[in-house]
Amino acid sequence: MRLNVTVNGRAEAVDDVWEGESLLYVLRERLGLPGSKNACEQGECGSCTVYLDGVPVCACLVAAGQAEGRAVRTVEGLAEGDRLDPVQEAFVEAGAVQCGFCTPGLLVQAHDLIERNPRPSDAEIREALAGNLCRCTGYEKILDAVRLAAARKAGAA
Amino acid sequence: MRSFSYLSAPDVETALRVIADGEGVKFLGGGTNLVDLMREGIERPATVVDITRLPLTGIEELPGGGVRVGALVRNSRLAADLLIRTRYPVLAQAVLHGASAQLRNMATVGGNLLQRTRCLYFYDGAAACNKRAPGSGCDAIGGFSRGGAILGASEHCVAAHPSDMAVALAMLDAVVEVESVRGVRRIPIADFHRLPGDTPHIETALAADELITAVELPPVPVAANSRYRKVRDRASYAFALVSVAAALNVEDGVVTEARLALGGVGTKPWRATEAERALLGAPATEDAFRRAAEAELAAAVAGPQNAFKIELARRTIVATLRRLLTEGSAA
Ligand SMILES: Cc1cc2nc3c(=O)[nH]c(=O)nc-3n(C[C@H](O)[C@H](O)[C@H](O)COP(=O)(O)OP(=O)(O)OC[C@H]3O[C@@H](n4cnc5c(N)ncnc54)[C@H](O)[C@@H]3O)c2cc1C
Ligand code: SF4
Ligand code: FES
Ligand code: FES
Repeated sequence: MRLNVTVNGRAEAVDDVWEGESLLYVLRERLGLPGSKNACEQGECGSCTVYLDGVPVCACLVAAGQAEGRAVRTVEGLAEGDRLDPVQEAFVEAGAVQCGFCTPGLLVQAHDLIERNPRPSDAEIREALAGNLCRCTGYEKILDAVRLAAARKAGAA
Repeated sequence: MRSFSYLSAPDVETALRVIADGEGVKFLGGGTNLVDLMREGIERPATVVDITRLPLTGIEELPGGGVRVGALVRNSRLAADLLIRTRYPVLAQAVLHGASAQLRNMATVGGNLLQRTRCLYFYDGAAACNKRAPGSGCDAIGGFSRGGAILGASEHCVAAHPSDMAVALAMLDAVVEVESVRGVRRIPIADFHRLPGDTPHIETALAADELITAVELPPVPVAANSRYRKVRDRASYAFALVSVAAALNVEDGVVTEARLALGGVGTKPWRATEAERALLGAPATEDAFRRAAEAELAAAVAGPQNAFKIELARRTIVATLRRLLTEGSAA
């Protein structure tokens, strides 16, 4: 099929897509957007998290056909030009990135959390990020980063 | 993953016709269970029909105080709905205790009802499993069975039902509305999931060509005071070892109405009717709560690895009822 999908604000028409392949495959292998990571392919790790019509999902479990006509926003679409999103800046500053494999998924998920809930409690942060597994950091710096990003965004608003 | 043909159903009629006419046709909802099982080679549909564009996404109030939930409503939307949160807090809480935020954004009500067991041997193609390969035996019995059921098991299968949402639906006497080219049927939730008996591969009353179109919640005034408690190996993002959905009405210290259902311990979402009977008319005390739990668990049968679930279920039932008494349905 020819898949029509808006990715990070740009209308794309991708040819020769099999409807049954994953949206993650389309993004990484056909559109050259390797930000979203492929780890478990089972919905368990969250490293493939992207926005689909404004809602974070695991792209590894979305069939390409299900994305037809919809809007996707990946980690590559969080920054505005060269200006990183406050969530991205906070991850860098707080040292929340080690190997970085989990980071793109966490950024999208944390971005969504702060959009919906500008002042999340620690418990709310933990619950919102429960589906994003990180084997390096022990999560403490990630929590620091989300707190920092939330505080900055709240301050700027 | 084996290849399959893919079709996006534009309307219910098309979906029903394709599944009625075809061989090996499966509906695709949120895909969070089906796609995983297809990758593992456990489900091998020839054709997958995407139903996520069907107009079954409403949450509507019914005359008389019930609520009708479309089968394609995503779990996160169900849990956030004001009508659900006020009339059936137990349901909103149960949904929020399942899976992760991303998965709840994808998972649908119909797919959640049909999610399959997490028994390790069911997932292991090399193991004997009557549910996956009828007649092959059951490696869980005598094997690693810590997650296994203590209620409703048979000598053919001891797998626990994994859904949190369905436990709340069992407590609420929900009705599952299904449709095929032959017409519409309404299946009470108590009859929807089946006990394994000697056919553990037949898990529900849904026929192979039927589509779940909605779940109807009857008016249940006592559910305004209801809650869900889930005990698992970590605080979030794990399946239940034991869970309890409960609703309670107490007047002058006496239980005038009680509803109870259990998760993690039954081969199907487990309505605890024995406990309900014991609670009715009893004083609202810890002693009475414990006796009610014991009445339900008298039938429990455990293996060496999951015997802990009996005591854990007893304590969780008592703790949930106590919380209801002192804090109501506040999450
Ligand atoms: C990592 C992980 C953790 C999880 N943790 C939990 C948990 O803690 N608690 C919990 O309750 N669940 C948990 N789940 C399971 C999750 O809730 C289910 O996978 C989800 O609810 C299934 O819904 P779906 O729409 O994605 O179903 P799908 O995967 O799309 O479909 C599941 C099955 O239902 C059929 N189907 C779907 N919709 C219909 C319909 N309308 N009519 C007829 N047939 C239909 C499909 O053909 C398929 O056989 C977890 C899942 C994962 C991957
Ligand atoms: S308990 Fe049921 S699902 Fe698990 S191996 Fe035995 S038959 Fe299969
Ligand atoms: S790769 Fe999608 S959740 Fe792990
Ligand atoms: S930084 Fe390595 S997995 Fe999270």
